[in-house]
Amino acid sequence: MTAKVVPEVPDEGAVWSAQDTTPGEIDEALRTLMQQQHARDHAHAPARVLNLVVVVDREWYGEIMNRLEQVGRYHASRTILCAVEPGRTTLDASAVMTIERQLGDLALTRERVIVEVGEKHLAKLDTIVDPLVVTDLPTVVWAPHGHPEAVDALLHLSQVVLIDSVNEPDPASALRRADELAAEAYVVDLAWLRTTPWRERVAATFDPPRWRPELYRIDSVTVRHRPDSGVAGVLFFGWLGSRLGWGSGSLMPANGAVRGHASGRRQDVALKLEPDPQQAVPGLAGIEIGTASGVTISLDRGPGGLSARRRDPKGHEQRWTILGASRGEGGILGEGIRQALLRDPAYSGALDCAEAMLR
Amino acid sequence: MAVVQEENPLVEGLERLPVHPTTLVIFGSTGDLAQRKLLPAIYNLAHEGALPEGFNLIGVSRSEMSDDDYRTMARESIEEHSRRPPDPQVLEKLLERVRYVSGTFDDDSVFERLKQELGSFDEEAGITFNRIFYLSTAPNFFALIVKKLGDRELHKHPDADVRVVIEKPFGTRLAEALDLNRELLSVLHESQIFRIDHYLGKETVQNMLAFRFANGLFEPIWNRNFIDYVQITAAEDLGIGRRAGYYDESGALRDLVQNHMLQLLSLLCMEPPVTFEADEVRDEKVKVLHAVEPPPRDAVVRARYTAGMAEGKEAVGYLEEEGVPDESMTETYVALRLEVDNWRWAGVPIYLRTGKRLARKVTEIAVTLKPVPHLAFQAEGSVGVQPNQIILAVQPNEGVSISLGAKIPGTRMRIRPVNMEFLYGTSFLSQSPEAYERLILDAMRGDATLFTRDDEVEAQWRIIDPILEGWGKDDSSLPTYPAGSPGPEEASSILAPGQRWRAI
Repeated sequence: MTAKVVPEVPDEGAVWSAQDTTPGEIDEALRTLMQQQHARDHAHAPARVLNLVVVVDREWYGEIMNRLEQVGRYHASRTILCAVEPGRTTLDASAVMTIERQLGDLALTRERVIVEVGEKHLAKLDTIVDPLVVTDLPTVVWAPHGHPEAVDALLHLSQVVLIDSVNEPDPASALRRADELAAEAYVVDLAWLRTTPWRERVAATFDPPRWRPELYRIDSVTVRHRPDSGVAGVLFFGWLGSRLGWGSGSLMPANGAVRGHASGRRQDVALKLEPDPQQAVPGLAGIEIGTASGVTISLDRGPGGLSARRRDPKGHEQRWTILGASRGEGGILGEGIRQALLRDPAYSGALDCAEAMLR
Repeated sequence: MAVVQEENPLVEGLERLPVHPTTLVIFGSTGDLAQRKLLPAIYNLAHEGALPEGFNLIGVSRSEMSDDDYRTMARESIEEHSRRPPDPQVLEKLLERVRYVSGTFDDDSVFERLKQELGSFDEEAGITFNRIFYLSTAPNFFALIVKKLGDRELHKHPDADVRVVIEKPFGTRLAEALDLNRELLSVLHESQIFRIDHYLGKETVQNMLAFRFANGLFEPIWNRNFIDYVQITAAEDLGIGRRAGYYDESGALRDLVQNHMLQLLSLLCMEPPVTFEADEVRDEKVKVLHAVEPPPRDAVVRARYTAGMAEGKEAVGYLEEEGVPDESMTETYVALRLEVDNWRWAGVPIYLRTGKRLARKVTEIAVTLKPVPHLAFQAEGSVGVQPNQIILAVQPNEGVSISLGAKIPGTRMRIRPVNMEFLYGTSFLSQSPEAYERLILDAMRGDATLFTRDDEVEAQWRIIDPILEGWGKDDSSLPTYPAGSPGPEEASSILAPGQRWRAI
C-alpha cells in the first residue's frame, strides 16, 4: 500500500474566530495562523492549488461542509465559505488550518474560512472575498443554494464557476444560466460530469473501425435518468448532437417522458428521456442507442460497472460488464473541483446544442 | 483503394481515450512483481474505468493451480498492495475475467492451452481481442517464451495487435543484449516490443520534459555555457533484503545505472523533439546516449557496504547478508563521471551515483550552474553567494527546487542561499498513478513513448559494458562504506577540483 493520508485534528493555535470583523482582519489572521503553523513544524507546506468560494444558506452550511469533507484528495487549498443569514448586517468569521500528513512525506496545510454574511452583502460580496483569496491561484465559485447575485458579483475575480444543473427545477433555464455564466468564466457543470462515464463508454463502443460507421447511422437514443436529472440527459443528447453534426433538434414533454428528434447526417434521430424512479443517485440510469442498420447498444448501471449489451441486425446479442467503481456524490464534487484546473473542449458545443433542443 | 477511416468524433475532450479490447497474458503471474505491482495496477485501472471495455487476464506460471486458486491469489495480492481499498463489486467482476495456465515455459502444451484460452475469450465475446504478453519472468526465459509464441503463431494475428512487454534486466552484458534483441526481432517487429523501464512511468520523470520544454525560463541556460556540472543520484537506504540471488549477479551498475539512470541522463540532456511521438522522443534520447563515451577507469568508483547503523538499527554488511557468497565481488555502490560529447554539453561533467544502504532514500538530479562572474557582495559573516542549483526530485519527494542567493535581513548586505520549491503534492489535486498503471495502459494503447527501443538498450550497454569488462580483470579489493553512511570516501576522487557531492 502506498502512503495514506491522515487528517490531523487542528490544534488550538490553528483556529481563529471573531465577531463583527472585517476582511482585512481575516486576511491578517490567515497569515498569522500560517506563520504559527510553520513555527511549530517546518515540515508543514501550504497547499497552493485553487481557491474555492462557496456561497450557502447559513441554515444548511453544515450539509455543504460534509459534502466538501467527502471529496477525498480533491480538496481546494483554500476554501472560503460564505454563509448567508437573513437579516445579518455584520460579518462573523472563523478560520482553521487543517493538516493532511502523508506518512513519510510532508504535511499539507489547507485553509478553511467561514464568513457569515447577510443578504445585503451579496451584491458586493467580491469586496469581502477578494482580500481572502490567494492571489495567482485559480478561483472557483460554487453557490449550491442559488444566490445568483453573489455569483454575479464574484465573476470578475473567479476563473471558474461550479454549478449543478440537476439542482435547477427547469432544465431549460438551467442550461440558459450555464450559457450566461460560460460567457464570463469557465463553467464546470456537475450534471455534465455525471455523464462522463457514459460518454467515455459510448465513445469506446463506437471506436473500433468496424463500428465507427454506425455512429452516422444512429436513429434513436433513449436516456433513462433519475426523475430530477433530466438535464444530464439533455446534455448527453447535446454532446452526441454537437460531436456528430446533428441539425437542430427539439424536445417536448410527452406521456411522462420527454421526446423529440434531431436531424442526423443521413436520417432523423428519435430522442427520448425517460425518468427512472428506481434510480437512487442523481444522474443517468441507462442509455440505449439504435442505428438504422438494426444495431442496438445499451448501457445500464450494474454491479462493478456498467452492464453493456449489443444486438446486431440478426438479433445476436452480446453482454458484458465495463468495469468501473461508482464515484458517489463526494466523488462527483471532487471531480468538479479537479476539472476546474482542466478545460473540456466538448462541453460548450454540447451545451449550445442541448440548449437549442429545449428552446 | 484504401479506405480512409474517419476519426472518432466522440473522443474530443475525453480524458480516458478508448482502448481496444485486450487480453493481457502475464508470464510469471505468481511472482513478486505480478503480485505487488501488476495485479494491483490492473485493479486500479479497472476501478477508474480505464481498462478497455473488453478486458481479460490470463496468468501463466509454473505453480499448479486452478483458475479459482489463481483468482484467490490475485484477490489477496490486490487487497494487500492496491493503492486504494478495492471496491468488492469491481474486484469480483475483474476476477471473473481471469484464467490461469500452469506449466513451464519450455512446455509446448502451455502455449497450446494459452492459444485455446485466447481463442475462447474471442469466441465468447464475438470480437478479436488485442493480445499483450507481459514477460514478468527471469530474463533467461524472455527469448524462449517469444520463440514459443512464434512457434504457435501467437506472435501475430490478422485481426488484432499483438505486443510483448519485457521487464528488466535486458541482458547482463552488451553481447547478451544484442543476442536477445536479435532473438526477439527474429519473431517480432520492433514496434511490437515494449521494454519496460518503470522509471519512465513516474510523473516526475515525465515532468522533466515539461519542465525543460514548456518553460522559456530554463532552456536558454540548459547548456555548457551556464551549467557547471550535473549529479544524478539514486540512493537507497535499504539493503538487498532477500534478493541476494538476483543482486549478487547484477550489482549496482547493472541494477540501476545501465537502465534507469542513463534514461534520466538522456531525458535531461536530449534536444527538444519535433513532436512527442514515441519515435521522435526516442530518436533524441538515443542521440544523447551515442554521444556518451564509456568512462575511463579513474572516473568510476565501486564499493560495497559493511556493517553499520541504518534506520537506527544495526545493519549487517553485504557479505554477511543471507545468500551472498563469501567471495562476492559485487558492488553495492557505484559512482561514475560521464560526459556528453556534443555541442550543447561538451565539457560538462555528469556524475551518476547509486547505492544500497546509504543514509537516505532519494532519487534526484542536481544541476549546478556556473558561479556568477563577479562577486560584489562580501561573504563576511554569512555563507555567501553560492552557485544556483536546480534540483529535480524524483522520489520520495516529487518536485523541483531552485536555490537562489537572497539577502539576509539586517543592516548589512549579506547573502545566503534560499530555496524556491515546487512540490507536486502541494500544487496538484491528483494523486500520481503508480508507474505500472500508466505503462500497462500505454502498452494496451500501443504508445511506446515511455518504453525503451532496441537501439537505446544497445547504446546504454555500449557505455556500461567496458566498465564491466575492466572490473572483470581487476582483482583488487573493493572499497567499502559503512551501512547508513553517504557512501565511500573514494567517490570524491572522480569529482573535478572545487566540486563536491550533494548531501544524500
